[in-house]
Amino acid sequence: MIRLRINGQDHELDVDPATPLLWVLRDNLNLTGTKYGCGIGQCGACTVHLNGQPVRACSTPVSQASSFEVVTIEGLSKDRSHPVQQAWIAEDVPQCGYCQSGQIMAAVSLLKRNARPSDADIDAAMTNICRCGTYTRIRAAIHKAAAMMGDA
Amino acid sequence: MTRVTRRRFIQSSATAAGGLMLAFHVPAFGKAKPFDAATGGSEINAWILIDPDDTITIRVAQSEMGEGVMTSLPMIVADELEADFKNVRAEYADANRSVREGGVYNRMLTGGSSAVRHSRPYLQQAGAEARERLVKAAAERWNVAPAECYADYGKVYHRPTRRSINYGAVAADAAKVSVAGVKIKSPRDFDLIGLPTPRLDVPEKVDGSAVFGMDVRLPGMVYAAVVHCPVLSGTLRGFRFNAVRDKPGVIAAVRLERGVAIVAETFWQAKTAAEALPIEWDIGEDGRAFSDSMQRDFVAALDKEGALVDNQGKAAETMDLADKVIESQYVVPYLSHACMEPLNCTVQVSPGRIDVWAGVQDPLSALKAAAETAGVAPENVYVHNCFLGGGFGRRSHPDYVREAVQVAMEVGQPVQMIWTREEDSRQGQYRPMAAIRFKAGFDISKNLIAYTNHSVTHSILSGINPDAVKNGVDPTSVEGLSNMPYRVANKRITHTIKNTYLSAWFWRSVGSSQNAFALECFVDEMATAAGMDPLHFRKRYLADRPEMLNVLDQLAQKSGWGKRMAYGSAQGMAIHECFGTICAQVAEVTVTEKGGLTVDRIVSVVDCGNLVNPMTAEEQIESGIVFGLTAALYGKLTIENGRVLETNFDTYRMLTMAETPVIETHFALSGGDKWGGIGEPGTPPVAPAVCNALYRITGRRIRSLPIKDYYLSRA
Ligand code: FES
Ligand code: FES
Repeated sequence: MIRLRINGQDHELDVDPATPLLWVLRDNLNLTGTKYGCGIGQCGACTVHLNGQPVRACSTPVSQASSFEVVTIEGLSKDRSHPVQQAWIAEDVPQCGYCQSGQIMAAVSLLKRNARPSDADIDAAMTNICRCGTYTRIRAAIHKAAAMMGDA
Repeated sequence: MTRVTRRRFIQSSATAAGGLMLAFHVPAFGKAKPFDAATGGSEINAWILIDPDDTITIRVAQSEMGEGVMTSLPMIVADELEADFKNVRAEYADANRSVREGGVYNRMLTGGSSAVRHSRPYLQQAGAEARERLVKAAAERWNVAPAECYADYGKVYHRPTRRSINYGAVAADAAKVSVAGVKIKSPRDFDLIGLPTPRLDVPEKVDGSAVFGMDVRLPGMVYAAVVHCPVLSGTLRGFRFNAVRDKPGVIAAVRLERGVAIVAETFWQAKTAAEALPIEWDIGEDGRAFSDSMQRDFVAALDKEGALVDNQGKAAETMDLADKVIESQYVVPYLSHACMEPLNCTVQVSPGRIDVWAGVQDPLSALKAAAETAGVAPENVYVHNCFLGGGFGRRSHPDYVREAVQVAMEVGQPVQMIWTREEDSRQGQYRPMAAIRFKAGFDISKNLIAYTNHSVTHSILSGINPDAVKNGVDPTSVEGLSNMPYRVANKRITHTIKNTYLSAWFWRSVGSSQNAFALECFVDEMATAAGMDPLHFRKRYLADRPEMLNVLDQLAQKSGWGKRMAYGSAQGMAIHECFGTICAQVAEVTVTEKGGLTVDRIVSVVDCGNLVNPMTAEEQIESGIVFGLTAALYGKLTIENGRVLETNFDTYRMLTMAETPVIETHFALSGGDKWGGIGEPGTPPVAPAVCNALYRITGRRIRSLPIKDYYLSRA
């Protein structure tokens, strides 16, 4: 049995401890907002937070996650009210949208570490791939979210 | 504390509530009620449903893969309908209904940048027709003449009495009345079309609730992972299921023509077992194929006579008389689409009925493929299209649908089949390999007097629609070359089809993806030969293409063409017409002292006639640029011993945020009858604009892609 705390809820799961957290979220818990893009830690589509730190869930065995507080895109807010989500809507960021859960989770944790990231900070932190090429809008949305959070 | 095991979930999910459970309805998009199936409303016609609370559901027959059709197409309908767009939600049109009702949804394929261009007239008609019905129903209720009534912003008004009624209140009656001879608006009367409008699908894409094919969850659903022969043309000889049958969760193995599917309770279990499965393949001749030797064969074929595409004047004779002749050849590799969401498909087989959930670019071809595979009538196949995690042409091929149906038929349970990223990359359907040669002759005053071009390309259509290959020419292979826009009195354009065991498919901008690179780089070579600035050379030989001249003039102005650049930096330009839309770009590029490359800025000017949603149009140009730049800098599939080496993002590199240039997009709309066509034209000019800039920095021409294969140094 693996114990997990995800989005504030406790779960006990009968899964192989080596299973990547990604597939436990998606297939065992039906939290499908976290995406599979590459499975090798390259794309960031599977980004979730462990105690606020961004990790790539495809490369994180579920056993490793059990001592942490896991937050997925579904746990960010109940009503898309997180400033990063609001900024994403305001900048009309997503195209196909498939990478965006991971992008948003990466951006949220960047802004936690760095309330006013420069373009260079964004370049360094945002290594997630977007095949649709929404990078320009992601950058604008991060600046907007930083401003919104600063004003709050 | 909740305790969930996989088995328990399967049993309990049939009654589970919430957005994760997607039962038998098509995902719907938009503000009002994202996931409720539209019920309780009145269907005014096949495209429009109005609820009593004024919510308007507009059906979309094209696929949302990021290009914004879930917003732009409803805008067209809503404009005619005089709807309040705040009340509009969108859902997919049902392919099964189109099969049953004589093609009521017209073309359902999304490709060729044609969603708006093709469907605008009949979507306007559907909106106008519904509006007139609402007006007529309201007039009947008030017992007044319809001519005294009009529709505006979600209400019908009676002019003389200033009475009004909401659409929701008359929708049920409107569904019953009939109207005839309804005329559609002319563009000057549009009030929604042309306004930058945020996408309807964005809210669901920021909280993880948007349902992509891979997010479909059905009661009792199991998962399949597939291992295919590593050589595309190879087949399965045998496998030992016993070796993995006792692994956790494993349910079944399904024999496929080119591989094996392992079915298990979770995808991870299926994938792990599939990877451990002992398999024997029949590989054959192609196991000795190398992309380097393929490329040599393509280049060698340039020396043979090709099929004639276009012949004007006396190209050969004039070339012989020319004062100066230049000749160059260009090559491009195979490329995969690498959609962000690996290919997947979920199938439920019930007696006399097949249900398919997947993100597909052509629900009708997916439906047909599923019907054929299962041996059931098309009327009994239901394709529930989902959001597509990228398409770029790849999801118009139903190979993954076929395979999922095959697996589900054997398993007798709903199955979600997922190709891993690696499998997805190996399954062919690549942007074709090509070799392209040009020759240009100039007279003593450096006027261009003769032009020849021969291309050798893996044909897309010879595999799927051989009838469309006429006189040895696949028209998709010569897009951009056959309609080369530069005026020259003597020109001869020829083509040779050269297919390999790999399969070629439509890839964002199709033939233009390789041909614009070759042609527009050669145009810069011609400009150099003529001693002219690339802009002036283009303008001189495009003199009879006023829209292109206009685009170039605007581009020169917006980009500051010719401005002083720092040492190591330069501008390069390209212009290309793709699916009827003209896009010209200036790239500003820097080569660092150490030979590093940065693309700093890309300015585009686009003419697609008219625009429905300028916001999504701009986004599409940005997207096309990143797509084109990724291919230009990094894109290449290497074949060794018949196997593709680049199967994941560690080797098939994607452009990142840090590498993305500043992108500025401008529209120079020429109006007229042309509408839209925006998903692809941003891609073709990128590679040549960047390569032309690099020439000015390094003094060397780049005549093959990707650029990463070159050693760059400042001249
Ligand atoms: S799926 Fe985890 S990084 Fe790509
Ligand atoms: S929005 Fe499609 S991959 Fe990022």
